[in-house]
Amino acid sequence: MRIVAENLSHIYSPKSKFAVAALKDVSLTVEEGEFFGIIGHTGSGKSTFVQHLNGLLKADKGTKTLRVGEFDLLDKKCDFKKLRSRVGMVFQYPEYQLFADTVAEDIAFALKNFRPECSAEEVARLVRDALETVGLDYAEVKDKSPFDLSGGQKRRVAIAGVIVARPEILVLDEPVAGLDPKGKREFFELLHKLHKSFVKTVIIISHDMDNVAEHCTRVAVFDGGRVISVAPPKELFCDADRLISLGLDVPVTGYLAAELSKNGVNIDTDFTVEDFTNKVLEKWRGREES
Amino acid sequence: MKDVAFGQYYPAESFVHKMDPRVKIVLSIAYIVAVFLVREFYFLGFAAAFLFILLTTLFARVPFLKVLKSIKAILFFVVFSSILQVLFNREGTVLAKWWVIEITNVGLLRAAHISLRIVLIVMGTALLTLTTTPVEIADGIESLLTPLKWVKFPVHAFALIMSIALRFIPTLMDETDRIINAQKARGADFESGNIFKRIKALIPILIPLLISSFRRADELGDAMDARCYSGAKGRTKYKKMRLTYRDFIGFLLTAGLIVGIVFLNGVLGVAV
Repeated sequence: MRIVAENLSHIYSPKSKFAVAALKDVSLTVEEGEFFGIIGHTGSGKSTFVQHLNGLLKADKGTKTLRVGEFDLLDKKCDFKKLRSRVGMVFQYPEYQLFADTVAEDIAFALKNFRPECSAEEVARLVRDALETVGLDYAEVKDKSPFDLSGGQKRRVAIAGVIVARPEILVLDEPVAGLDPKGKREFFELLHKLHKSFVKTVIIISHDMDNVAEHCTRVAVFDGGRVISVAPPKELFCDADRLISLGLDVPVTGYLAAELSKNGVNIDTDFTVEDFTNKVLEKWRGREES
Repeated sequence: MKDVAFGQYYPAESFVHKMDPRVKIVLSIAYIVAVFLVREFYFLGFAAAFLFILLTTLFARVPFLKVLKSIKAILFFVVFSSILQVLFNREGTVLAKWWVIEITNVGLLRAAHISLRIVLIVMGTALLTLTTTPVEIADGIESLLTPLKWVKFPVHAFALIMSIALRFIPTLMDETDRIINAQKARGADFESGNIFKRIKALIPILIPLLISSFRRADELGDAMDARCYSGAKGRTKYKKMRLTYRDFIGFLLTAGLIVGIVFLNGVLGVAV
């Protein structure tokens, strides 16, 4: 499903003293199959934007287009429940959404809502699949209380509770906040695994530029409720100074490339660690030979 | 959820806003007593109370519409109690009769009396909350309850509980918003089905909310410990409350209202 937004605007508490224009004329298209990154400092409108994609927030009157696949989100008759079954959303600290007595029950919540016709066996099978996808042992955790698990396990269960409905688009709002480096790495591995199976499009909000450079096909930069650029990481991280002036960061490779370029060594890299290292080694060897 | 403005404080720089919160609380209570003093069917007393409200609103630089809006919340209650009075009062002369229901002149008057009383009291307390922040009210109550220390009542702890509760209302509302969104994204439906279904639909919100409240309470306790909080002993206040000329004017006006009402209790009553 293709996502198209044209002149998307959103004002919080309109007509009151506390009115805040969170999105101003945002136009953005995300193609099916992308691993799309969204960056921007706190309050730049990125979370507000993604909450429009499954109808949690409604666009303001000035919005020209907001479509997700065949769903027209500006249409009052839009079937939001069906939309939500196809656009999964993982919020920040998703483990805070857990509520049921057992892990299996919590994960089945989305299935019960979206596909009430599902048989008990089918539910059990899908729950088992989801748990195994996130790397947990079904037999071991299914009857445990979600509140008895460790922090990392809770987050995995929460994510299983979203992907169990097999969404085509998966939207994640800072999913790796508070995870250790190993946890982050495993999380992105999981995302790639999902991206290769039923999830066609991934949209991820992240402050972790190393991972954005490593994984995203394109990145949108939000600032003050507007999209100020959409580019592949390769182009985006070339201008380190501009990103830093926006209160953002660049990947470690970006800082290194900037330092090298100050010393007259220009490296044409896509800022992934592997590519960067190879290109630097190439230059180094070339220098030795000459 | 975002549009729920708790405490409805209306920020302004005014005579009433600058009054000592303790005095405002005491005067509000005095005002309520004054409204109760109005003798049955001597409606001029209510007119005096209304005049008092108008005057205070003017001094407070609060739009009168804001004061009127406070009635909305109790409108159902007012209408309901009026209807009960009209339908079931048996005193006085009967004006209309239908089946077992008798509408009497006393019933009608009493309904008017009770409605006016409730509306005026709510308008008065609304003025207190419109011009005083929740924190000021909590501080004021703490100060007013100080005498209870003599009977070993933990006044400071009580005030702290109140301020923490007030402080966490917006935080918990944000949290509720977040949890509602997360469950909606998983297909939760809070708008359809019968009442039992809807109550059951609240479980996925209430349980995470309860758990996060406990977590926050733990964290707050640790944070207070880390700052060496040890109760009331030896604590001083950043904002000291003190009486000014404004408070004396307030006292005088309120005393004037009470005297006025007592006087009007003998003037131009509706005879039954």
